[in-house]
Amino acid sequence: MSDIKYFDHAATTKMSKEVLDAMMPYLTDYYGNASSVYSIGRKSREAVEAAREKVAAAISAKAKEIYFTAGGSESDNTIIKGVAKAKKSKGNHIITSKIEHPAVLETCKQLEKEGFEVTYLDVDSRGVVDLEQLKASIKPETILISIMFANNEIGTIQPIKEIGAIAKENHVLFHTDAVQAVGNTPIDVKEMNIDFLSMSAHKFYGPKGVGAMYIRTGVVIDKLIAGGHQERSKRAGTENVPGIVGMGKAIETACSSIEKNAAYLSGLRNYFMDEVGKRIPHIRKNSNTDCCLPGTANISFKYIEGESLLFMLDAKGICASSGSACTSGSLDPSHVLLAIGVPVEVAHGSLRISIGLENTKEDIDYLLDCLSEIVERLRSMSPLYEDFLNGKYKL
Amino acid sequence: MYTEKVIDHFTNPRNVGELADANAVGQVGNPVCGDIMKMYLKIEDGIIKDAKFKTFGCCAAIATSSVSTELIKGRTIDDALKLTNKEVIDELGGLPPQKIHCSVLAEEAIKKALSDYYIRQGMSEEEADKLCGVTETSCDHCHAKE
Ligand SMILES: Cc1ncc(COP(=O)(O)O)c(C=O)c1O
Repeated sequence: MSDIKYFDHAATTKMSKEVLDAMMPYLTDYYGNASSVYSIGRKSREAVEAAREKVAAAISAKAKEIYFTAGGSESDNTIIKGVAKAKKSKGNHIITSKIEHPAVLETCKQLEKEGFEVTYLDVDSRGVVDLEQLKASIKPETILISIMFANNEIGTIQPIKEIGAIAKENHVLFHTDAVQAVGNTPIDVKEMNIDFLSMSAHKFYGPKGVGAMYIRTGVVIDKLIAGGHQERSKRAGTENVPGIVGMGKAIETACSSIEKNAAYLSGLRNYFMDEVGKRIPHIRKNSNTDCCLPGTANISFKYIEGESLLFMLDAKGICASSGSACTSGSLDPSHVLLAIGVPVEVAHGSLRISIGLENTKEDIDYLLDCLSEIVERLRSMSPLYEDFLNGKYKL
Repeated sequence: MYTEKVIDHFTNPRNVGELADANAVGQVGNPVCGDIMKMYLKIEDGIIKDAKFKTFGCCAAIATSSVSTELIKGRTIDDALKLTNKEVIDELGGLPPQKIHCSVLAEEAIKKALSDYYIRQGMSEEEADKLCGVTETSCDHCHAKE
């Protein structure tokens, strides 16, 4: 395991030692149910509430506006379905974008089957939603705008403050899936007029299977998980105390040095983007570094296919991901790449590198060396590249 | 998800490249689908003396191409025409369900190359395709989206 070079931090991150240390007592000695009245129960309750304070502070919310969940997907589902149900009498129209994570897109598709109408906003070549189209899409029946803070495949950060202002002006509720953004870019829910926000601990060096939702005070939505009175009756289920403690520690650590970390990550990412362009011909840069998460770089290598690229990288100990059809589990390549105008043929050869805090410049150099060699090898095997060299085909 | 055999054929593909003196060449697939296979055969006295391939595609596409060239080398044309995608899958110790089409593509690429051989021998395209069982390739279906 030691010679793994991990460049897939948008998929998940390695939990830090300090997070594990913070969690450990709650995995061992302090196993009490946070709802119990006796001492070890109270110990758990205190830990959960302390974590809630930390999560709230990270996004400038109040502690009572934070509800713990089992991750990003649950938060997205709870909020979108919860608003849909609670506001049904007001309207049945939801606005989202074409490049959302499946946790949002599939939820919207479910609602469409139940009679809701969903507008999927276009994005430009950078992946930024069209604010004019957003304004024009709002109608009296619109009950929710759900636009992700930052995209998981290409890293694009949306003009969230502007979207929040548009939502407020039109008296429409605004949700943002900030799973990729939290810990990577500053978030202030008040200043940005965010009514609901989803996050997930494992994206910022916390544990998997724990997340949170922010629900602005005064906004009432239906619950997804009914049962006990945990999370002030908004989300039933015995609290995942160690997970919540880990999340609190992770978010505190990530947000205390967010600017420094972002500078470090974007330094490595920009170096990678520049070098890959110099060293490998016939590529397409799918991430626009002007409005992008600091560690994300999505590029397509023309005339080769992404899955074979991933396996060859894996053979060199490199972990990354691709938006090729073969890895998306469908016949079509990434909906995000297609939405920003990447031709299907070029989207098949995409690679997402997401750099994390443990990566070094030496790691990037190793990645660049391996990539140059592998891309050349795959091209030498590609009939498409042969056609390109013979002037018969061009992407 | 992939068997060791698939990974082996993917990381060390056999018979990869072009065949300068090929007298039968067949290409199937398209770049939109994400798979293209090109087979080069050298046929002498009705026997496949040499086979090489070039493939654009995923691991399974490369591995099925590689193993197919091994399977048909030394076969008579008639025996090569009997190669089925099932044989290719079995030789690889199995393929994930969503990759079965790669084995179909490999079978089709070989048939297309053998048809090309007959065409070069003077047979009409229609006749050669019929003899070799060349139909529209599976890739044409795969992009008939719902
Ligand atoms: C943007 C975005 N939303 C939602 C999710 C789902 O989060 P989780 O895996 O915690 O359910 C992810 C994680 O892949 C994501 O990147």
